[in-house]
Amino acid sequence: MSYEEVIFYFVAALTVLGALGVVLARNAVHSALFLILALLAVAGVFILLSAEFLAIVQVLIYGGAVTILILFVMMLTRVRDTPSAAGELDGPQRPFAALAAGAFLAISVLAALATDWEALGATEEINPVPFEELGEALFRNWAAPFEVASLVLLVALIGAIVLARHEEGE
Amino acid sequence: MIPIQHFLVLSSILFSLGIYGVLARRSAVLILMSVELMLQAVSVNFIAFAVYLSPEQFTGLIFAIFVITIAAAEVGLALAIILRIYRNKATANVDEVDMLKW
Repeated sequence: MSYEEVIFYFVAALTVLGALGVVLARNAVHSALFLILALLAVAGVFILLSAEFLAIVQVLIYGGAVTILILFVMMLTRVRDTPSAAGELDGPQRPFAALAAGAFLAISVLAALATDWEALGATEEINPVPFEELGEALFRNWAAPFEVASLVLLVALIGAIVLARHEEGE
Repeated sequence: MIPIQHFLVLSSILFSLGIYGVLARRSAVLILMSVELMLQAVSVNFIAFAVYLSPEQFTGLIFAIFVITIAAAEVGLALAIILRIYRNKATANVDEVDMLKW
């Protein structure tokens, strides 16, 4: 077993542990902290895939902004002590949820393992991503979607402010 | 070397845990966190396919960048909506927000 595989299994185990914590934790704040663990571990997976830029973006946006935002809203909406929640974060549909998730997992893993990836041209080794070329592709071939994405972010920003702001006399 | 199947199985596990969370949780914030897990699984898949199957093109990586961008916008908007619902209904549990149900 090469050292890369050891690192992969370690990071994968951390990811799955974090994800399990997110969906199974009995306390909403613990759930959010497990989410941070899962997201940072996914950043590790990105590094193993040689996409360092995406790993850095992941840590900055998810590890920083998104989880902080989620924790803030959790505090503002009092997920933990709404009377009706009373410690019960899951609904009665839990067995069906487990069934659906298990069925999807079985189909998806079967498809991933049954497919002959070599025949589709999969390389044996991970090819390091040249970042100058990635940047060039992003700002040359994908310049229009990039600009649209910035517009989407602007609209989302304005929309979030309009939705969440306190109105006069409310 | 790590074969591509390892990454695909990992992202499958991540995605199905996200499905479980979305279906089983009651609080809108926790559902949103499970959606984030599913988006992460999709990103892992995109990047794995990009580096293993088409290393000379960057479509998968660029898609992953856009997934992260849209996820940031989505989280901001969704949390604003959840705050709004909480202010009007004093709850953020999706099974109690049933104004559309007669």
